[in-house]
Formats: sequence, structure tokens, C-alpha cells
Amino acid sequence: MRHLLDTKGLTRTAALRILDVAEDMAATQHREVRKLPTLRGKTVVNLFFEDSTRTRISFEAAAKRLSADVINFSAKGSSVSKGESLQDTAQTLQAMGADAVVIRHGASGAPHTLATSGWISAGVVNAGDGTHAHPTQALLDAFTVRKRFFGDDSRGHDLAGLRVTIVGDVLHSRVARSNVWLLTTLGAEVTLVAPPTLVPQDVSAWPVRVLYDLDEAIADGPDALMMLRIQLERMSAAYFPTEREYSRTWGLDAARLAALPADSIVLHPGPMNRGMEISAAAADSPRSTVLEQVANGVSVRMAVLYLLLAGERIEAEEDGR
Amino acid sequence: MSTRTVLHEADIARALTRISHEILESNRGPAELVILGIPRRGVPLAARIGALLADISGVPVPVGAVDVTMYRDDLHRNPTRAPQPTEIPVGGIDGRTVVLVDDVLFSGRSIRAALDALQDIGRPAAVRLATLIDRGHRELPIRPDFVGKNLPSARDERVNVRLRETDGIEEVTIGS
Repeated sequence: MRHLLDTKGLTRTAALRILDVAEDMAATQHREVRKLPTLRGKTVVNLFFEDSTRTRISFEAAAKRLSADVINFSAKGSSVSKGESLQDTAQTLQAMGADAVVIRHGASGAPHTLATSGWISAGVVNAGDGTHAHPTQALLDAFTVRKRFFGDDSRGHDLAGLRVTIVGDVLHSRVARSNVWLLTTLGAEVTLVAPPTLVPQDVSAWPVRVLYDLDEAIADGPDALMMLRIQLERMSAAYFPTEREYSRTWGLDAARLAALPADSIVLHPGPMNRGMEISAAAADSPRSTVLEQVANGVSVRMAVLYLLLAGERIEAEEDGR
Repeated sequence: MSTRTVLHEADIARALTRISHEILESNRGPAELVILGIPRRGVPLAARIGALLADISGVPVPVGAVDVTMYRDDLHRNPTRAPQPTEIPVGGIDGRTVVLVDDVLFSGRSIRAALDALQDIGRPAAVRLATLIDRGHRELPIRPDFVGKNLPSARDERVNVRLRETDGIEEVTIGS
């Protein structure tokens, strides 16, 4: 693997490889010494043009547990706020000898530009770009679903036959987009539930079913329900009348939680708006995988960094992506 | 381009039985033993040795696997390897005598990596090394305690161990 930019181009084999390596990484996290020497001497740069504490900390923990050196670069208070271009920033990192760049950017496509421009030779990991993609989040969601349903037998399993319903602000959600592609590649059936104003126009080209009624979707008995965060910071127009109305019509309250099948699970990428898209009852119930998702995020990101950085370069380039 | 078989099925079985007796003799019985195979082919060999030890001594002996992929010093020289599962028996390795089991001992680098991996898992009282084949050409100061067969070889020859569990056939071959 040379870069990880989105999940749309990820094959089933490549996705399962990442998830299986993540299983091994997760196993090492129960040891007395959790640090592995694998990426000693490699440098990982976290290049964050958008605020994100969770994803950055998760990548940082993953890199450090593999003994890589981590440099955190956030746009605030840096040369970027003085007007430096992405190209100049990238070339600076190249000159410092970065082996991998983890990038979060507000513009869709920025990681792709970084990977294909020839500015840097480092591997690029997309940690979220605009409304386009957030591949490691989708991978950790898939990992979490697989772990809940197959437990210790997870290795090698895909998600064939599992039904995953994604609820909420699909329009602005890179998490939803990345999940749609990854989960369907792994064989899951994906349903989107959203207010009509928050469904993207090109959704007919996606391999999904779209519903507009959460109660109908829950009556359908999904295996996993993924509640998306309402991203108030990305909403410049009025997509729904009031927050209370959203939470009443699209939020996972106690009654809807109780209507779910007994073994179905509830995912949320975090940070949660409690009382908005997810009630405290749902967030703290045993069905909720929120904290497992955080722990699994480190394992999945360790797997991605391992596959990106551990092998020899030539193979990585033949491998294509 | 010639390949000859140096161990047949019965030879492998005899070698493992002898190794098992030697382990019990040097350890003065089965107490506190943990047998850990190094993937891939060390793992079925460890399972067989564990079963033999239990047969001979009448006491069950814990068996597991320790993957060394993440500890190798040649990761960046080879295509990305997929790590294999590590399975440490309940009870761990602290204060016990760990016997590492591998199929072929060559440069000694895998064993160096395995020793590093063990250090992250716990603190054994002692670590021993059993190998089905010792083909020489050590690059590190590592020597086996229990050897199935010493096989003089040229550096560029290939020694292949094939086992029922992984390859469906039992033999050890050497070829150029």
C-alpha cells in the first residue's frame, strides 16, 4: 500500500488485509509492553488544517505504539495562517524527511493532490478531507461491526449479509461516504436514512437504499445503526426547522433504542451531540460501541501505518495504492 | 537444480520424540514449561511437541505461538509481511521456562526477534530453543538447545520443511 486516500478504490482483499492486520495490532495492545519496535526511525507527520482532537490523538497514539517519531503540525498559529500554500508546506515536510503524512484538510481532494503532485515521496493517509472521505474512520467502523458479530473469529471474515443503517446528515458526512463504499465492498447492505434536505443529489449512483423515516428503518431490524453527528459548523443554510424537531424526528431516543432487534448495535463516530442525534440512554447502553470505536481506531491506524511504512518501497509502488 | 529429501515422515516423528525427551530431561520434568512456536511452521511443531510432552509425562503442557513479524530487522528489505497471530497460553510466561520452536534455524535473526517479542510479553525464568533443522550460517551469537537434525548446507541452498498441517505432506528437502 502506497497511500490511503479513500475507500472507494479499496478492493475487498486490500480492505480485509487492513482489518486482519488491525486484529494483530489489537492483540498486542493487551501486553505488558504495548510498544512495538516496528517503525523505529520512521517519521510520521500529522498535518492538520482542520481542528480534530480525536483523530489526531488516535493517529499519534498509533504511530507512537509502533515506535515512529511523530511531528504534529496544525494550521492554526503556523506558517499556513501566514499564507503558505499546500505545496510549500508539503515540500518543507519533505525536506525534513517525513516518511508518512497524515493529512486532514477542509478541501475535498487535498490528500489526493498531495499524493499525486510529486511534491513529496512520503506515503499519504487521508484523515478526512472536506465532505469527500475519511477512510480510517470507515475502516474502524467496519472493524468494530465485525468484532461485535464475529468476536475472536473475525479474522478473514467480511460483512456479507449484515445490514447497516446510516442515519443523519449524509450530505456533509465524509464518514458516511467512506462507509458506504467500504461496507458495500465488504458485502454489507447499506441503508441511508436522512431528512430529504440532507441527502446528496448524486445518491442514486451509490449502492444503497435511501429511506426518509427512521422508525420505518428501525422496524426493518438493522444489525447496526450508525448515527452521524449533526455538523452544525458545516451548515450555512437551514436544513431542518429546529434542533428540537431534528432530534424528535431523526434522533435515537430511548423508545427507538428499545425498538431495535436484541443483538443490533449502535455506532457513532464521535464527538456526540447528546440529546441531538443520540440520546444519553442510547449512548450509554450496552449496544453502543462508541468507546470500542475509539480503541479500535488506534489498532486500525496502526495497521494502516504498518502496511504503508514497514515494507520495502518497490513493492509498495507496484501495489498501486 | 537438484532436490533431495533429507527427512521423511518417520524421521520427523522420531526427531520430535527425541527433542521432547531431551526437553523433559533438561528441565527435570514438565513443571513450568511453556512451548511457543514461531509462525508459520514452528506453530504446528510446537503443538506436536506439546502433545508428546503431555503423553510422556502425563501432565498437560501449555502451548502457544509468538509472532516475530513486528520485531524483524529486515522489514524494510522485503515486501510487507502480514503479521501472524500470537497466542500466549493462560498463565502467561512470567517465571516459566519458555521453549521456542522453529522449523529451520539459519541466520538466527528470527530468534533474536522472538527474544525481543518475549521481552514485551513478560519475563520468563529461562528461554530455550528447539529447532527441527539447524542448517548453520549463524549471523548472531545464538545456538539451539534441542536440534532435530544438523544439516550442513551451502548459503544459497534452499531448505524446505513441509508439514501435514500447513502443506499436506511431511518432508524436509534441500536443493539448490
